[in-house]
Amino acid sequence: MFAQILQQLPQQLLNGLVLGSTYALFALGFTLMFGVLGVINLTYGFYFTTGAFLALYGTKLLALPIWLALPGAAIVTGLIAVLFDAALLTPLRRKKAPELASLMVTLGATLLLYSLMTATFGTEIRRLPPAVISHAAIIVGGIRMNWSQILIMGTTVAIVAALLALIRGTRFGLSMRALAENGEAAQLMGVDTDAVVRLVSLVSGALGATAGVLIGLNFNAIQPYMGESMMLKGFAVIIIGGLGDIKGALIAGLVIGVLEVLTAGFISSSYKDAVGFILLVTTLWFRPVGLFGRAPVKRA
Amino acid sequence: MFDSFFFSYQSLIFAVGINGLLALSMYTVLAVGQLSLGQAAFMGIGAYVSTLLTLDAHWPFAAVLLAAMVVPALAALLIGGPTLKLTGVYLALATIALGEILRIFCNASDLTGGALGLSGIPNKTSFGLIFAVLALALAGFVMVARSRLGRAMEAMREDEVAAGVMGVNLPVMKLGALVVSAMLAGLAGALNAHANSFIGPNDYGFDQAVTILSFALLGGIGSPFGPVLGAVILTVLPELLTALHDFKLVVNGFIIVIAVLFMPRGLLIWRIGRVG
Repeated sequence: MFAQILQQLPQQLLNGLVLGSTYALFALGFTLMFGVLGVINLTYGFYFTTGAFLALYGTKLLALPIWLALPGAAIVTGLIAVLFDAALLTPLRRKKAPELASLMVTLGATLLLYSLMTATFGTEIRRLPPAVISHAAIIVGGIRMNWSQILIMGTTVAIVAALLALIRGTRFGLSMRALAENGEAAQLMGVDTDAVVRLVSLVSGALGATAGVLIGLNFNAIQPYMGESMMLKGFAVIIIGGLGDIKGALIAGLVIGVLEVLTAGFISSSYKDAVGFILLVTTLWFRPVGLFGRAPVKRA
Repeated sequence: MFDSFFFSYQSLIFAVGINGLLALSMYTVLAVGQLSLGQAAFMGIGAYVSTLLTLDAHWPFAAVLLAAMVVPALAALLIGGPTLKLTGVYLALATIALGEILRIFCNASDLTGGALGLSGIPNKTSFGLIFAVLALALAGFVMVARSRLGRAMEAMREDEVAAGVMGVNLPVMKLGALVVSAMLAGLAGALNAHANSFIGPNDYGFDQAVTILSFALLGGIGSPFGPVLGAVILTVLPELLTALHDFKLVVNGFIIVIAVLFMPRGLLIWRIGRVG
């Protein structure tokens, strides 16, 4: 029994890391939105779905190769994200409405968008054309993996590195950090905050769409509500990693992924999905600011 | 005449009363400036606890209803406790987590009948009981709104930091509101379970939580009557426009967006006067 567990462990760990990468990849744009704009934007799950659908129709109807369909879907979704932010959140920002108002308006919008999408496309599962990426197994040292899994892990690491470089090393990153710290002060210092808000929405929307395409590719299942189930995992990732924390999201995503796979493998697959939420509640009790977070201070 | 009307529309009339209670439970949290997305989960806990006690333990109905209020209240303490010192966003997300944990557990456990749910629940709810509870809850909220406590709640809603500085005990108020709201939602869940004879794990998910929120936002939270009005409208309207049925959630979502952006005070903007 024990020997068998030991024998399965490397494969299980790899599966966990792949699953965890999908969670982290999904959560990156979500946590970036919160970190800079200060709102939990629930429409993020819709960008995830939109990206996957755009790539689906790009590869099916226009016969685009995946390396064109993916960036295309990302850019279009990013623009949609900019529009939604302008329509839903900018008016509230101008009125200096409480943060819960922003949460509620995106909640309503999400419900509206998903139901409209379900009414239009139905809930059946759609698949990308099989020629898009090879699903053949690659076996390295007894561990099986495939190209879409390698693509997901590689993209996640690359995006984390790029985001950290962007935030810490560029002028735009400096404006983002200034806006995150204090919007009014940033504006007084000459930061074009409207432009930063638009750019952050664009980048986050594009990240959400990228995650949607890659995860749709890996699980080969695309349907309107895919964003919502991912969103629930996303909450767990961003709270455990710390709201707005890029590095935290990566690590929290990986931890949840590995623990889920181990739970499914060695305990019971019916309780697999509860792992993230139990970790979330535990985090709130013992370390509410997340793995690496600083305590948020509310001043009068 | 009235009898036949009542008979045809009994389930709708019950739903109006139960949704009214759920709307009041949402109001309790919104009234102190917090957002909970766990009202559906509290309702579900009340429904499951009451059903199990009725079916397996054969408790008397009054004791069942009491338990259906106490257990969700404990869940509220567990989930709300750690978020008290954090911003409201954390409570919203933690309550979403509660809903998901409940759904996963009820789908997987044999005790709760798994994905099939529990059926054969005896019909113990009556029209009088539902509306007496609703009237009592409304009367209670009106009395609270007219009191010092109501003023503290309103102060918190308008500006939490200022209210805290003026001596409002923020953590106690927030946790108290969440516990009371969980008790009301649990009671509504128990009444609903004993009116419908069947409960299932997917009746208390995220969509239901958002629907309950849309009751309160449509009606407005200036007074406790607003959310109840919202619940009445959103329960009766889809029945009148049956063609709309597939788009029910679209309408609910639309109402939330419009309410937050253009009529932040809701339909019923009248507020309750104060005494003392």
